[in-house]
Amino acid sequence: MSKMNKRREEQERYRTLSDIPVDRLYGPEKPDEKIGIPGSYPFTRGIHETMYRSRLWTMRQFAGFGTPEDTNARFRYLLQKGQTGLSTAFDMPTLMGYDSDDPISLGEVGVEGVAVDTIEDMETLFAGIPLDQVSTSMTINGPAILLLAMYIVAAERQGVPPEKLRGTLQNDILKEYIAQKEWVFPPRPSMRVITDMLAYCTEHMPLWNTISISGYHIREAGSTAVQELAFTLADGFAYVEAGIEAGLDVDDFAPRLSFFWNAHNDFFEEIAKYRAARRIWAKRMKNVYGAKKERSWMVRFHTQTAGCTLTAQQPEINIARVAYQALAAVLGGTQSLHTNSMDEALALPSEKAAKIALRTQQVVAHETGVTNTVDPLGGSYFLESLTDRMEEEAERYFREIDERGGVIAAIEEGYFQKEIADSAYQYQREVEKEERIVVGVNAYKEDEKIEIDLLHIDREKQTDQLKRLQSFRARRNNDEVDQALAAIRKASETGENLMPPILDATRKGATLGEMVNVMRGVFGTYREPAVF
Amino acid sequence: MGGDRVALARAMTLVENGSPGAADLLDRVYPRTGHAYRIGITGPPGAGKSTLVSRLVGELWKGGSKVGVVAVDPSSPFTRGALLGDRVRFQDLPDNSDVFVRSMASRGSSGGLAFKTGEVCDLLDAAGMDTVIVETVGVGQSELDVAAAVHTTIVVLVPESGDEVQAMKAGLMEIGDLFVVNKSDRLGAERMARGIEDMLRLSPARHDWIPTVVLLSALRGDRFPELLEAIESHRSHLEESGDLAELKTETARSRIRDLIDACIRQQFWATDGVNEQLDKALELIAAGGSSPYSAADEIIKKFTGGRG
Amino acid sequence: MDNPIRVLVGKVGLDGHDRGVKVVASALRDAGMEVIYSGLHQTPENVVRAAIEEDVDVVAISILSGAHMTLFPRILELLNGKGRDDVLLCGGGIIPEKDREELMKLGVGNLFGPGTPTTEIVAYLEKEIAARRGK
Repeated sequence: MSKMNKRREEQERYRTLSDIPVDRLYGPEKPDEKIGIPGSYPFTRGIHETMYRSRLWTMRQFAGFGTPEDTNARFRYLLQKGQTGLSTAFDMPTLMGYDSDDPISLGEVGVEGVAVDTIEDMETLFAGIPLDQVSTSMTINGPAILLLAMYIVAAERQGVPPEKLRGTLQNDILKEYIAQKEWVFPPRPSMRVITDMLAYCTEHMPLWNTISISGYHIREAGSTAVQELAFTLADGFAYVEAGIEAGLDVDDFAPRLSFFWNAHNDFFEEIAKYRAARRIWAKRMKNVYGAKKERSWMVRFHTQTAGCTLTAQQPEINIARVAYQALAAVLGGTQSLHTNSMDEALALPSEKAAKIALRTQQVVAHETGVTNTVDPLGGSYFLESLTDRMEEEAERYFREIDERGGVIAAIEEGYFQKEIADSAYQYQREVEKEERIVVGVNAYKEDEKIEIDLLHIDREKQTDQLKRLQSFRARRNNDEVDQALAAIRKASETGENLMPPILDATRKGATLGEMVNVMRGVFGTYREPAVF
Repeated sequence: MGGDRVALARAMTLVENGSPGAADLLDRVYPRTGHAYRIGITGPPGAGKSTLVSRLVGELWKGGSKVGVVAVDPSSPFTRGALLGDRVRFQDLPDNSDVFVRSMASRGSSGGLAFKTGEVCDLLDAAGMDTVIVETVGVGQSELDVAAAVHTTIVVLVPESGDEVQAMKAGLMEIGDLFVVNKSDRLGAERMARGIEDMLRLSPARHDWIPTVVLLSALRGDRFPELLEAIESHRSHLEESGDLAELKTETARSRIRDLIDACIRQQFWATDGVNEQLDKALELIAAGGSSPYSAADEIIKKFTGGRG
Repeated sequence: MDNPIRVLVGKVGLDGHDRGVKVVASALRDAGMEVIYSGLHQTPENVVRAAIEEDVDVVAISILSGAHMTLFPRILELLNGKGRDDVLLCGGGIIPEKDREELMKLGVGNLFGPGTPTTEIVAYLEKEIAARRGK
């Protein structure tokens, strides 16, 4: 993949199928100030001057299942095939900060991703993979600080210092409260944990992307595109404000923030959303937060096609849906893309379905010609008007959130949750009343028996993971672990940076669940208000 | 209580639905009531009532009290459906705790309370609860219902509910034995608390009691000892003044009246010929020969021999 | 049949995808049912305790984490243990046909897949409860 990914821009290469030359950029001689040109403030038309002409987006498909060995084997296979980036999916107990042997983990160990309880699991996950040479994306939020610590220690044991680690931590806890609902601590302490991490990474991990501010899950939970745009950017502002409040220089950490958007069905609205996001963020970073580096103003983003648009009925149609969504993401200027597999409404993707999904991106990249010029849709009356309108609507939401006392206060009263639930219910009613057509679901239906190869996870793997954890606990020095845990408790109480004691406890062999429990003892747990 | 949970819950359904046997059941249970102290919690939507209640329940339970909770939410007047979400707040209590939570829909009752809230409280009381808490949205006329059904009424407000307080002053201010200003970390909380105190000084005292105002954050869980103390002192006041006993008599009086009203109403409409007479009267009204007032007067005279 | 159907709706297990469960809860309310929402991340023990205290006719559970073969049987076992085998346990999620059949054999009611219209769920519950109350 890497060879095709990076290429020098060579003017003569870009021609239509009829051999008409295609220029890098089309637009008026004197660009509209509001829209600008690609690679310049306010980045409406994209963050790179040459865009896909010099570098295609990264095709990053998500992997992770079963035990750390299983996922390790998968990673090594992918690397062997030329992939340079790894994307890790953790299982549900890990995402929620529980050890595999916690009673609440029953039935969920290794099912939706890989189980990581200990530093040894992390070492196994990346065994034989030189961590200074790959970039690793980890989809983890509530307990992100602990998984990051494990990753740092695993690298340390390979002889790789934190300065050399490249990758992305999702680490976007605000959208968990708003949409994805997988949290560990209440919102306020969670923000403190994140600022501790921001401070640590800013000092020690210059190549690490600290937060991937995610609209994806907000959209999946049923929001509209405008809500996805507004709520996600509002979360981003909240992180920036927290970083500034913690005494960090905005230009030291803002360049390491990135975004993660959904690519849904409404083609032009999606493209307008990405463009509006870039413009709103750039303006706010420059004018409100006083960022001076261009990189601080840029929205760099990953996109995933919308899982919630996949239908269980006539699942092959999903291939077409995914293709249009992928095209929207590319026309919107994404930096990396995950395309969903057609069978995801039914179960974890089969190998064949996953391959088709990847091939879909490759068709967009190499056959459609949309990568030949930068921002081919820029200047479209409809698109520019829609972009302006989405910006206005988002600004309206920002004012509403401010009036409610900011993002966290709005979360605590269930404001976002209610807005999203209302949108989701309205959408469902429109589908049921056939005011909105979903092909195969409320129109063009077929009598069918749904037959798709489903990937089954071997349930015995759960027992393997429990045995591994037991054996790990038996081998470590429990006195040392207790002392290290006490240090985490103290830091939680006093407010000193949590990263050093967590790194120490990880080295001593404290498990994920044990560290979480100590922190939970100080920070408490969270129940969201029930809103409808 | 363990094994009786199922029976208690079923009894509540029986009573709530007004099923045959409900009156007998309540009759048998009545002698065992009178032990539980009843607290009502009301306030505008968004004041954080359920967070407050769940904290309060946790505190009471830790102090060794058995606690019953009745959480009332409105039913839709159109579909009669209801979404009852207050339980979410109680899911973290230990599994073996002596806490029983029941969600009730108002089922068309005009106030914020369901018709049978008092009876359901009786069942919890008879089941051995030390404290019974009734939580309800304080909108419209419901405040009075709450106050009548419990011993101590707590009105929960937030700094943002300033305008609502103005609007509901008449209702809320008169029924609160205790006022909680929740979300004390928000702007204007202190000022709100002082404002309520000022307003209370101007209101006539009920049961010779000047309500206390407690400023707290239910989310953070601070100042709950203060709240418990305030409840306790209102309770002592009611006990010492004899108002507690009087309240029980009052409750019994209105319960008897309600039962008799219901019975008479039912008997009346079951009387032979009443409905036919009503139909006739309606025809006459339609023809312009009568009015609802004279029709009612005639029907009552004819079937009860007197004027209602 | 004059008394509203009472349904406990909730999510068991660790996944937090609550879009479906909230849409279903709203639809059941709009169909005239009394819906008790238990919230996220519930254990089978929590759910059964709530079902008993609320004396519901139906327990409707959404599971999208893949743990359905562990969690549904556990809820059923706990309900039966409390003598509440009359409660209808049903649910929704991404559940393969083979698992669905196995669960239904154990006594679990309908399990609705993605894309099911809410009207179908309402109709199912109304019919099932009418039959059960008729007994």
